[in-house]
Amino acid sequence: MLNRYPLWKYLLILCVLVAGLIYALPNLYPEDPAIQVSSSGGATLEESQVERLRDALSEADIAVKRVESDDNSALFRLKSDDDQLEARDIVAEMLDDDYTVALNLAESTPAWLESLGAAPMNLGLDLRGGVHFALQVDMQAALTQRLEVNASAIRQLLRSENIRYRDTQVEGNSLTLAFANAEDRSEARELIGNQFPDFQYENRDGGQTAVLAMSLTQQQIDEIQDYAISQNITTLRNRVNELGVAEALVQRQGPDRIVVELPGVQDTAAAKRVVGATANLEFRLAARPDTPDSETETIAFRNDESRTAEVMRDVIITGDSVSSASTSFDENGRPQVNINLDGTGGTLMNNATRSNIGRGMAVIYIDNKTRTRMVMEDGKRVEKRIPYVERGIISLATIQSALSNRFRITGLDSPTEADELALLLRSGSLAAPIYFVAERTIGPSLGQANIEQGVLSVQIGMLLVVLFMLVRYRAFGVVANLALMTNLILLVAAMSMLGATLTMPGIAGIVLTLGMAVDANVLIFERIREEIRAKLPIQQAIHAGYERAFTSILDGNLTTLLVAVILFSIGTGPVKGFAVTLSLGILTSLFTGIMVSRAMVNLSIGGKPLKKLWI
Amino acid sequence: MRQFDFMGKRRLAFFVSGALILISVAALLFQQLNLGLDFTGGTLVEVRYAAPVALDTIRQLLESAGYQNVSVQTFGATTDVLVRLQQAFDPAVGEQVIQALRQGGESVDLIRAEFVGSQVGDQLRDQSGLGMLVAMAGVALYVAIRFQYKFAIGALVALVHDVIIVLGVFSIFQLDFDLTALAAVLAVIGYSLNDTIIIFDRIRENIRKSRSEDMPMIFNEAINQTLARTLATSGTTLLVLLALLLLGGDTIHNFALALIIGVGIGTFSSIYVASALLLVIGFRREDMIPAPKENAEEDELP
Repeated sequence: MLNRYPLWKYLLILCVLVAGLIYALPNLYPEDPAIQVSSSGGATLEESQVERLRDALSEADIAVKRVESDDNSALFRLKSDDDQLEARDIVAEMLDDDYTVALNLAESTPAWLESLGAAPMNLGLDLRGGVHFALQVDMQAALTQRLEVNASAIRQLLRSENIRYRDTQVEGNSLTLAFANAEDRSEARELIGNQFPDFQYENRDGGQTAVLAMSLTQQQIDEIQDYAISQNITTLRNRVNELGVAEALVQRQGPDRIVVELPGVQDTAAAKRVVGATANLEFRLAARPDTPDSETETIAFRNDESRTAEVMRDVIITGDSVSSASTSFDENGRPQVNINLDGTGGTLMNNATRSNIGRGMAVIYIDNKTRTRMVMEDGKRVEKRIPYVERGIISLATIQSALSNRFRITGLDSPTEADELALLLRSGSLAAPIYFVAERTIGPSLGQANIEQGVLSVQIGMLLVVLFMLVRYRAFGVVANLALMTNLILLVAAMSMLGATLTMPGIAGIVLTLGMAVDANVLIFERIREEIRAKLPIQQAIHAGYERAFTSILDGNLTTLLVAVILFSIGTGPVKGFAVTLSLGILTSLFTGIMVSRAMVNLSIGGKPLKKLWI
Repeated sequence: MRQFDFMGKRRLAFFVSGALILISVAALLFQQLNLGLDFTGGTLVEVRYAAPVALDTIRQLLESAGYQNVSVQTFGATTDVLVRLQQAFDPAVGEQVIQALRQGGESVDLIRAEFVGSQVGDQLRDQSGLGMLVAMAGVALYVAIRFQYKFAIGALVALVHDVIIVLGVFSIFQLDFDLTALAAVLAVIGYSLNDTIIIFDRIRENIRKSRSEDMPMIFNEAINQTLARTLATSGTTLLVLLALLLLGGDTIHNFALALIIGVGIGTFSSIYVASALLLVIGFRREDMIPAPKENAEEDELP
């Protein structure tokens, strides 16, 4: 019969609606201020430790609402926002470097909803604020790194020209080379001076040796520092994107700091670890027995400090040459990282391994860390930072054949570590080490009045649409409005499931999508009116209206969806967020505008003999 | 129902479109866009009050001191406040802000004042530009396959037309162009495209139904048939946008404004750029339905 749906269609729509309601529901529960503790290495968090922390907090008169803990993390939910900073300091001081302590805003979704995987949408920095990290870029280290790279190139140059040198040293902003006599030095100075014209050269007397010092000019120092900052910002943006945090903020602050603000991320401890991570890889050849000491270095293994190996000081490539990285498991079920090198890296690797088959190659894991200690100075508690470098061999394998631009590395502790290393290699390395100098929660960037105004305008906008549809299409307007409400619920549910971040422009975007979503119903209803004017019987007019409007609706929405998908795949950050809202809005409005509204029409008047249609 | 002769006025419409494009391009070339804090960066000032102060009071103090586009946030504690200004950094800014805040009578100290870089990198700018180009190419391809390549040209030109004019308005009036406004421009693309496709769809349907070679007549008919829908949809969308514009406050003011212009221009361009352009580039019935094939089809119909 005309305008009847089979039972399964009604049931399908009902199922979708129920699912939509369930997944939209968590957005109605508020969030708690919290302190999150998680272990970064292999350490575990004992029950007794958690108890101790809890006691310390209550001793300091901080009201703890609830503590949730498992083997390597714990979440302390607090009653009041004002206690959060103090609580963080107390907890951080009681734990050592193996644990990351971070501020958090924890959702309070009831357990039964959580067990279904339902979670609320994040609110953006403008609506609720988030966590604010200030990172200091270690400029001196950027200079040292650049000089180390130059030193490595110069050593190779000297060797290829058969000029003997004793030692190369990097000190401050200069690089010193020691030679046996003044003749070698003047020969080297001419050679190096041609290749590296931007340095200031100076001959020094080194007692036994003739020393050549080359220093960076101020202009070069500025360039290196500017590059370090902008490269670090790019890398941090990539990392934040890789973490899946939408609507984050990464910007330069002052000459040598970077600000990272993340809206209510669920796992701030992991975010902090990834944002602040300074790990990198180096690939070096193992030393031969006859290699002179000045060219080698002794490095310990990462998971067994008593074992060491002699490796060359020259680095074949670093993690910077990695173009993509992913994780998987090797034959023995241990985590491995699969690496693809870029063109230059591949060539360098191939050249180095081709002529060294049978020799060992070491993969070295480097981490520029900073220890933060509270010390008493003049009766005040001051934070002291001591930077240090952790270097450890993670694998030392014999080169079996010339390596190309694809290979894998093993020897990592855990799958988590492998995942994080792959993420870091993918998002590019830092041009200079960074460390946290400040971590604060930050309030919303929009004022309460502004937020209220925005929400009010959105509500009034919705109300106007509802009234408009009622006035213009009467009974069918009711159908369209019910479809619109289901659309809103489904859209909120879909965005929550995807973990989208809601900002003020995002809310406006949702409302706009809803304003446009009634378009499907407008098209159908106008078509039904047209068919009635063309003297079609009522039931047939309804049927024809839905059928004929369908191609228009489909074409219009598919093209817009195409735009959204392309913007999503190419765009970054806010553009991506907008594309998600737009595409979800199109999908839900197609469903509600066509299926749901039709179901309601069919259920109420479908197949009934009507004389007049209230449209 | 009354029939309007849309296509008869197309020369006038071309003239209007051309003039708008010319003005917009000139404005974009000579005075560029007034990029917002998101794109330019500015100055960050951190202050500490002796006692907690309402953020709205701080905002009012700064605005009355002549600072535009101010973002004020609590920073950790309720007494610490972070202020971002869209003003090029100079060493005196911190003191000036403190002076402005002291007008409120509260005791306040300057912790730091530093420049901040842009929130969006060059990467985002380049990728957004590239994204838009690829998106337009994708749309053109889709329309060429679903309809015909001349329709694709019409749709594409209409899109470019809309984007240029919306950007042009931002440039002419030197409105603040921030990430929100960028989102609005993207939304305009979606809206205008939808509108164009609905009319194209009706044109296609009418060409298939009628045997007439009189394209302006068929186009007029299609546009008149979809007119009620066009007005209803634009109407609801504009209702929402007007509510956002008048009541939504500063943040969504420019978003709403960009979209109101965009919806207006998008509706206009669907009729007078996308459709009317088809007549200019010589669209004929045979482009849609090849002559010999048409007879075969007719025979099969009952």
